Amino acid sequence: MITVLRDIYSVLWVDLRFLRRHWLRTLATSLVNPVLYLVAFGYGLGGGISFDGYSYLAFVMPGIIALTAMSSSYGGAGYKLHVDRLFYRCFDEYLMSPISLFSLAVGKTLIGVVRGLISTVAILAVGVIISPALIVSPLFMLILVSSCFVFSFLGVLVGMWAKSHQDMTTFNTLVILPMTFLSGTFFSLNQLPGAVKAVLYLLPLTHSSECLRAAALGQTFPWLSFAALLGFGLLFFAGCMWALKRASV
Amino acid sequence: MEEFIVTEKLTKTYGDVTAIDALDLKVHAGEIYGFLGPNGAGKTTTIRVLTTLTKPTSGRALVNGFDVVKEPDEVKKMIGVVQQHVSLDRDLSVRENLEFRARLHHLGSAERKKRIDELLDYVGLTEEADRIVDDLSGGMKKRAMIIGSLLHRPKVLFLDEPTVGLDAQTRRRLWDSIRRLHLDGTTIFLTTHYIEEAEALCQRVGIIHRGRLIDLGKPLELRQRLGLVTVETLVDNKETRYQYFADREAATSYVQNLPSDAKTIIIRDSNLEDVFVELTGRKVGDD
Repeated sequence: MITVLRDIYSVLWVDLRFLRRHWLRTLATSLVNPVLYLVAFGYGLGGGISFDGYSYLAFVMPGIIALTAMSSSYGGAGYKLHVDRLFYRCFDEYLMSPISLFSLAVGKTLIGVVRGLISTVAILAVGVIISPALIVSPLFMLILVSSCFVFSFLGVLVGMWAKSHQDMTTFNTLVILPMTFLSGTFFSLNQLPGAVKAVLYLLPLTHSSECLRAAALGQTFPWLSFAALLGFGLLFFAGCMWALKRASV
Repeated sequence: MEEFIVTEKLTKTYGDVTAIDALDLKVHAGEIYGFLGPNGAGKTTTIRVLTTLTKPTSGRALVNGFDVVKEPDEVKKMIGVVQQHVSLDRDLSVRENLEFRARLHHLGSAERKKRIDELLDYVGLTEEADRIVDDLSGGMKKRAMIIGSLLHRPKVLFLDEPTVGLDAQTRRRLWDSIRRLHLDGTTIFLTTHYIEEAEALCQRVGIIHRGRLIDLGKPLELRQRLGLVTVETLVDNKETRYQYFADREAATSYVQNLPSDAKTIIIRDSNLEDVFVELTGRKVGDD
């Protein structure tokens, strides 16, 4: 057990060193998208509109936090792994060392969680100031951390699965980009026809933003969505282990 | 003599392509074993199988008695690997890269520091320790990779084309580092397509061609089998012909009896390249 924890930290350590060296650039780039969405949708489009009884800003803020958790965690875990594996080709060093695939999977996931939390906490700090209706409860933080894990697992899975840079961009365009806009981040799914709504519930970000919104606005909590989010987490983690196993002997 | 690496009918195929074909190898403990062959002969695939990175299609491979497929964790503890490409994290410093590897191999904090300082000194990189890898020369990167593979005191070191792309002086310095490791008792498995590297460093050389071991011996033995002296003659002003002789007398006698129109005659010591060309009909380094 101690060996597993030590190995997880060893894997995380090297990515933390990288983050320490590039922290300002990492933080700045991961905040560009949420700030743009906040300004364009929260203020520009949604100024003066009220939604489900809240100002649009209060409504959209949890959605923006959910998608920041997704993009920072997914990208933070996936991109460097992908580059280390296919371009720098230094990933073999992990596979040739006596650490378990479990430690490797969790270690590589944790850097995504760390980066996801840094970005979301930064945007949350802005959110609390501009939208005092937000409730940052322990439940809210639990969902936030769970979301970061879910999307970091997805990042590791895609980073390990992609055989080329094109695979990675294809996945981003076909899955991540539609998920950004369609998962109830900017609007309520109740406005959509039942069939469309059913399809959108197949996306993990839908559950993440529904749970975060309910917790942040003090609405009835959708425990089923939370269970679905954790289910996605388990599925993606199993995928990570499969992809790592495929890459090693 | 104790065998440190043994492969039995080791085969690896990728679709229709056979990268290594029923390879039988025996590498003795403590020797520098050279694996010589052209690009695409199967050298890197062999190293990848022996270092647990690639699963063989059939056959088996043992490192110090441990099966690379069934007992990869045991194998990983005793191998050090220097890959052909730069396998360092280029955004981090040399010291950070070394510390990372030391952590992966479970070295404790005090031992990590001591071992890293010791090895940096060993290859003359102490002053470069805090430089970012991307800013180093090719030779420095290679030296950093070599010490990165030695942190956990491996019993066997795999070097895949260690001096490709390096200038002559750096190459010779690296050769000296490899010789010192050998004197310290490390078994070394080295692949190269540089004939002079195999001759300069290796006690035994295995010649691999199209995934098969086609000859094996000490460099001198391989040359003796062919003939220690080579005579090159230019035929019809367009084709060089090579003849091999056991000694200078036999070569000289041959030259004296050549027809008067034979041109550009060179008498020289034969080398491993001659051995290779005669065995395969192909020049080492050709794709």
